[in-house]
Amino acid sequence: MPEYKLSHLKELEAESIHIIREVAAEFENPVMLYSIGKDSSVMVRLAEKAFAPGRVPFPLMHIDSKWKFKEMIEFRDKYAAEHHWNLIVEYNKEAYEAGVGPFTHGSKVHTDLMKTQALLHALDKYKFDAAFGGARRDEEKSRAKERIFSFRDRFHQWDPKNQRPELWDIYNTRVNKGESIRVFPLSNWTELDIWQYIRIENIPIVPLYFAKERPIVNIDGNLIMVDDDRMPEEYRKRAKMMKVRFRTLGCYPLTGAIESEADTIEKIVEEMMVTTKSERTTRVIDFDQEASMEQKKREGYF
Amino acid sequence: MNETKKDKLNISEFLDQDEKKDLLRLLTAGSVDDGKSTLIGRLLFDSKKLYEDQLDALERDSKRVGNAGDNIDYALLLDGLKAEREQGITIDVAYRYFSTNKRKFIIADTPGHEQYTRNMITGGSTANLAIILVDARTGVITQTRRHTYLVSLLGIKHIVLAVNKMDLVNYDKNVFDKIVEEYRKFVEPLGIPDVVCIPLSALKGDNVVDKSENMTWYTGRALLDFLETVHIANDHNLKDFRYPIQYVLRPNLNFRGFSGRVASGVVHKGDEVLAIPSGKKSRVKSITTYDGELDEAFSPQSVTLTLEDEIDLSRGEMLVHPDNVPHISRYFEAMLVWMDEKDMERDQQYFIKQTTNTTRVHIERIRYKVDVNTMEQSMTDALTLNEIGRAVFVTNKPIFFDSYKKNKSCGSFVLIDPITNNTCAVGMIIDEVKSSDLASTITEADRKKMQEGVSAVTVAEREKHLGHEGRLFSVVGDNLAAQRECAYMLERRLFDIGHFAVVLDAETLGLKNRDNAAFAAIAETLVGQGLTVICIDLYGEVKADAFTIGIDKETSQPVERDKNFCTINRQHIAEAVENIINIKL
Repeated sequence: MPEYKLSHLKELEAESIHIIREVAAEFENPVMLYSIGKDSSVMVRLAEKAFAPGRVPFPLMHIDSKWKFKEMIEFRDKYAAEHHWNLIVEYNKEAYEAGVGPFTHGSKVHTDLMKTQALLHALDKYKFDAAFGGARRDEEKSRAKERIFSFRDRFHQWDPKNQRPELWDIYNTRVNKGESIRVFPLSNWTELDIWQYIRIENIPIVPLYFAKERPIVNIDGNLIMVDDDRMPEEYRKRAKMMKVRFRTLGCYPLTGAIESEADTIEKIVEEMMVTTKSERTTRVIDFDQEASMEQKKREGYF
Repeated sequence: MNETKKDKLNISEFLDQDEKKDLLRLLTAGSVDDGKSTLIGRLLFDSKKLYEDQLDALERDSKRVGNAGDNIDYALLLDGLKAEREQGITIDVAYRYFSTNKRKFIIADTPGHEQYTRNMITGGSTANLAIILVDARTGVITQTRRHTYLVSLLGIKHIVLAVNKMDLVNYDKNVFDKIVEEYRKFVEPLGIPDVVCIPLSALKGDNVVDKSENMTWYTGRALLDFLETVHIANDHNLKDFRYPIQYVLRPNLNFRGFSGRVASGVVHKGDEVLAIPSGKKSRVKSITTYDGELDEAFSPQSVTLTLEDEIDLSRGEMLVHPDNVPHISRYFEAMLVWMDEKDMERDQQYFIKQTTNTTRVHIERIRYKVDVNTMEQSMTDALTLNEIGRAVFVTNKPIFFDSYKKNKSCGSFVLIDPITNNTCAVGMIIDEVKSSDLASTITEADRKKMQEGVSAVTVAEREKHLGHEGRLFSVVGDNLAAQRECAYMLERRLFDIGHFAVVLDAETLGLKNRDNAAFAAIAETLVGQGLTVICIDLYGEVKADAFTIGIDKETSQPVERDKNFCTINRQHIAEAVENIINIKL
């Protein structure tokens, strides 16, 4: 008798596909939030797998903070066109026109207006009743306690002390009008699992993940790349070429690079195995205040 | 140069190996002071998964709020949420991930105190193995028994009893032996196949990753070694093929696929399959995935099946092998754990979600509840938060199930409160209940009442079921067509907003010109049973407290003469009906 056993990656894949289909079957108007990062790339591939040979039955939505790396936007548009995604791009028009940005307003105001508020506005605009996010439980302490199907009230808020019990693979998808569920199909994946999957599935990712010579300024200990001339002159003039890569991708002024020689997935994993920094350290926004991710999550940010 | 090449090879080898590792899901349970978080912190730390910056943050936090003096407080690594960090306790299930050269692990870390039983149940539902911690100084306590009972209830087949803080009892073998003896005596009747006891000190690292030099008398394995090698009898039932249809895939006219996760068992291309509940048979034409077709699929794979015959199937239905069919019934018995702050209400209908099926369910009776601390059984009418009982259920439509013991995927369900949408309870099915057995819930006293003409269904039960009280409307006037238009318009609109109403028309009932009293009696009986009745009343008042709608030609708005009467205009019946609904409901 053959041994009917799945490897951990195949088991995680089967679990994620089940979650994605459950949402498509039980919600009227779901959306997949697409951040252009590596986790999003994996999530989109899993969605494609869930409905093959058909097409993914819900749109992808990117909340553009208008401060993303240029390479991210190029990547997004290229793959959306090639894969015929139904892609929605939304941004906070008022704040953008008022000139909000991390250099002028600080990371807290920028993140709130260009990410959290933009997201909440877009969710209300399209009346989505379920939104997929690519967050993993191993990323951050408050995420480790979140359900896979995470209930949000009418104001998109998360109440960590009052979560619905979630057992086996039976998910409670019932919401009243105006309420919604955030769904995290990658909950049980680790960073290494993501890289493994990208490697064996040959999933395209933004080139910024791979080491290359890039113009870098050290701002308060973070290695920030000069991506455009909205970066104040005083910083720009200090820029030096350094061989760096990014472990996570976000707004370029808020995403620190790490010095690296890793220009293949194998080298990245190797570097990761011996690395001394976990991945969210390069995200400036986590350090705004104690328990800041939990705070942002309560307010509606992922 | 050679070295670089070798490194490169190594990492690829590492990745190739890593890819093939299996996954062990484990649950940890212990009371607040057993050092559970410390143990997990130690496993993560010693298996070299902790990154330096997490440690930096830890040192910073330890100095401010830590409970471990000068030592690193491992618990702070795990207690993620702000609220609980302030209280110094773990308040919910937290999931942790680590891997070794042999396996990947997912830890569900759950709190120990009684009010959070629901979290332990949540954390344990997918676990292969449970680590139950006891403090060597206190031994087996009430909470140890409770945790063990819950683990057995969830059908977890492997338990590690981790006797922690051995350093505080001088690594004394006698202390350990006594605890083990007591625990084994207690655990035996629960029928858990694999129970292993390990003496350790999470704080000092004895027998966590490496064998302790302080307890040479212990001949067993260290905890991590055990976790890496324990043979996990496949939790997935591979015998009974069950395929709940999750999603129907129809990308084009030539492809009709049924997507789902194999809940249990194995299916091959070409297998004969039976659709439940329709009873139609076909054969598996293909097992489709994004990565190509498969010859067979097994639990817990997510695939898409196509069938040789064009049979209509939808979500909630199930494919099985014709010679191995689950129970198909509206009646079953299960162990139920109440998870909601809101108590169980016996005359309430709940939603039940089991596999991909959702229907309504009524809790017919509770056979007993179990005291989780002593495991004693007692009688009760309803369960409250964290209570566990054995109950009989009746669903509105049949569900397809196996016993939880035989098949977790098809024997588990959740109950959802239809008002709050909370997951209010979870259940594990024991067996089908024959409907003849249910008749025994009718007592002698009930029979006597029935013989006297008293309904066994109370008005309160009906109202709860319908979601509203019964009301009586009477539509009067001198134009039957207008009266009927008004009555049926009202019925339609009430129905649309979830209000169950019927129209009584004296003429179609054959009561015209005959017995007005009989007509009124029928209306009143129905209203008394919780129904809303709209009478087309040709001969005046049906009942004094009916809401009467008079129709004439002149009035433009509903005129409320008093609270029980209004007049509406024949030309504007639709608007008037809206107004009446808005005012009266």
